[in-house]
Amino acid sequence: MTATTHDHSDHSHEAHHQKGFVERWLMSTNHKDIGTLYITMAVIGACVGGVLSIIMRQQLMYPHNNIITSGAAWNAIITAHGLIMIFWFVMPALIGGFGNWFVPMMIGAPDMAFPRLNNMSFWFLAAGFVFVMIGLLLGNGAGAGWTLYPPLDNAQYSPGMATDFSLFSLHLAGISSLLGAINFIATILNMRAPGMTMHKMPLFCWAILVTAFLLLLAIPVLAGAITMLIMDRNFGTSFFEPSGGGDPVLFQHLFWFFGHPEVYIMILPAFGIISHVVSTFSRKPIFGYLGMAYAMVVIGFVGFIVWAHHMFVSAISTDSKVYFEVATLVIAVPTGIKIFSWIATMWGGSIEFKTPMLWAIGFIFLFVIGGATGVVLANAGLDQELHNDYFLIAHFHYVLSMGAAFAVFAGFYYWIGKMTGHPYPEFWGKVHFWTFFIGVNLTFFPMHFLGLAGMPRRYPDYADAFAGWNYVSSIGSIISGVSTLVFFYVLYAVFTSKESLADNYWGEGATTLEWAVPSPAPHHTFEDVPVIR
Amino acid sequence: MSSPAHSATDQIKGTVPHPYHLVNPSILPLCGGVAAMTTFAGIIVAAHLHSFVLLGIGLLFVVSTMFVWWRDVVSEARTPGLHKVITQVGLRYGMALFITSEVMFFVSFFWNYFNYFFFPEKMGTAFAPVWPPQGVTTIDPFAIPLFNTMVLLLSGTTITWAHHSLLEGDNKNTVRGLAVTVMLGLMFLCGQAWEYTHSPFPFYHGGIFASSFFIATGFHGVHVIVGTVFLTVCLFRAMKGQFTPQRHFGFEAAAWYWHFVDVVWLFLFVCIYFLGRSAIVAG
Ligand code: HEM
Ligand SMILES: [Cu+2]
Repeated sequence: MTATTHDHSDHSHEAHHQKGFVERWLMSTNHKDIGTLYITMAVIGACVGGVLSIIMRQQLMYPHNNIITSGAAWNAIITAHGLIMIFWFVMPALIGGFGNWFVPMMIGAPDMAFPRLNNMSFWFLAAGFVFVMIGLLLGNGAGAGWTLYPPLDNAQYSPGMATDFSLFSLHLAGISSLLGAINFIATILNMRAPGMTMHKMPLFCWAILVTAFLLLLAIPVLAGAITMLIMDRNFGTSFFEPSGGGDPVLFQHLFWFFGHPEVYIMILPAFGIISHVVSTFSRKPIFGYLGMAYAMVVIGFVGFIVWAHHMFVSAISTDSKVYFEVATLVIAVPTGIKIFSWIATMWGGSIEFKTPMLWAIGFIFLFVIGGATGVVLANAGLDQELHNDYFLIAHFHYVLSMGAAFAVFAGFYYWIGKMTGHPYPEFWGKVHFWTFFIGVNLTFFPMHFLGLAGMPRRYPDYADAFAGWNYVSSIGSIISGVSTLVFFYVLYAVFTSKESLADNYWGEGATTLEWAVPSPAPHHTFEDVPVIR
Repeated sequence: MSSPAHSATDQIKGTVPHPYHLVNPSILPLCGGVAAMTTFAGIIVAAHLHSFVLLGIGLLFVVSTMFVWWRDVVSEARTPGLHKVITQVGLRYGMALFITSEVMFFVSFFWNYFNYFFFPEKMGTAFAPVWPPQGVTTIDPFAIPLFNTMVLLLSGTTITWAHHSLLEGDNKNTVRGLAVTVMLGLMFLCGQAWEYTHSPFPFYHGGIFASSFFIATGFHGVHVIVGTVFLTVCLFRAMKGQFTPQRHFGFEAAAWYWHFVDVVWLFLFVCIYFLGRSAIVAG
């Protein structure tokens, strides 16, 4: 079949839809089904990580509270919360989930480059989740924090198998991400539809491309670092053991060489989603498309040379501090390009406040707050004071549980109709947004004050002076928890809905290729690939 | 240039049949995940409970999954019409990206080494700030290490010999070149095994020099094993006449990998064996 006009009625492969459960979900080689598996993983991760966070906030609601009586249990909970939210919620939702679903569709490809590898990425992640849960529950649990610093997790202070399970869970999640990254890069570089040049490619694909490169280059360094940790713990080496001449600060360098790119791994796909949503609901093409694309490339590049801003109190020389401070501040420039371009896109547009747009505007608003506190923390002198206190916690929750998580929800409301063929209930979507918005702001804004007043992070108790704002924060976390129940109602309503949706249910503003195919999209989207003008 | 202002369907001017290889559902990815999980759990159990059963099962599972997986890939590649040109290009991207990630894996071990090589004071005040640390006798770089360097460099030429023969359709010399390369790989491994068993410093509780040395050279050794297996597979495939001058990506991937392993070794030789040698070296 050669150049006919695009007609999708004959594309749905009936055979695909008749697969049994095992074949469809345990043996999948389809990017949409694998994407769905990832999203399921993300929902599970968010629930477990979320429950852990509510437990923590319950403990911190009043000073000298007795909900968690053992320090080791507390440490295990904070560690698992951090690891799970990053590796089993944000990453699988944004990269494995939406990336898998929509990158092939947006570039006009029928699937990913390596479908079996794609599926194995998912199973490695699932295996990692089993390990991180063992790390939480076995014995005293793994309690070194998500940053895993030695000596906290060496054989002396964290004996027992739990910490090894947590370290290996990162190996599993890391291999998963690495294989996924290879797959995304090969797909994007090699499988774009005829006529889809790099400079016509949707921004979400650009975002995933840059993210994949960050994963490709950062994950192996983390793998090396945790390999050395595991060896120190179990096989008598002394990489980070001063008694044998080892250097614990080296671990921090290796960890943050991965860790800072990792924060961009979580936020770049979010940037991509926000660009699509803002453009769709302003009914305007994104302002400064090329600038937006290359700003992400620059962020990705600079993201590799700022890592030691996490180590301002870790015995690095003054010269290094100056360098890392200035380099970090430079990132604000491409980030500013993104923010201002979103605003310019909305400017003069005919804006429609549908639920996805609310999440996107919420994202922009709150991400700017998180970015501003980041600029504060980037000052080495100030950071001496603020490091590892609640100001830092506020910073990274504004960029993560309000930045990245808001983008997850923006993407969910934007695309769920394309994925299922059913609309979400607009009213409940908005209820979800507003309750969540109030909940998280109430939770995290007071943490700025607590941090400035000197409350340190990672303790299950605090001085009486901090009681007021901690109480407010805990109330906020309950509101966010209730809000998540609203989200589950939305999910239920979508899957029980009898209504079906048109190809492009957002209308004029939605211009990328996924809106040219039916809702739900056919199994391989394009049995014949589109030729782009 | 901005993203298209017209509607989603307007930008499509027609369609063409897709040229890609969409694979059938497969249980192997799930096997791979379970195999990796078993192996890692096996390592933990071996370290803490001194039982190697789980580790053995895991490794067996990993190896058999890989075997069946690549057998499938090879047979798909040999089925006419499945791997069109664009799929072959995709495989090249895949291999090149994989090797890039491997380079970064070694970066972490070199970073560790250079941390002490350039800043020996980072070993802490209990140690004199010199590298290699005082009291460490290192391996003579001009004994086995130099020999192994020569072996690997030679193997780089023999793989090229095989490659050129392949391009000229001379299968006999392709097989010869591959066989010699595999033998050189094994020779290297024997040399390293001898070196490890006669090392002047112990691995266990051997301090930071031994740790840095063994992790970098050890992971390199693992990569030599993998590369040798990869080349052996190619050797058997060449003996069956499965490569043609036009299509032999399996061979090329093995050759790329082998050159990568070779280059890592040169860095190890210069930075660790040669520049990191002590005033008096051991045999
Ligand atoms: C303008 C951009 C940003 C700047 C200047 C910045 C700066 C910083 C600095 C200096 C720290 C270290 C503070 C300390 O440890 O005392 C930090 C911590 C952190 N940042 Fe950012 N940041 C920015 C954006 C982001 C983004 C986009 C994310 C994630 C999506 C993020 C996530 C984090 C996390 C998770 C930590 C805490 C790590 C830990 O110690 O556990 N940051 N940031
Ligand atoms: Cu950072």
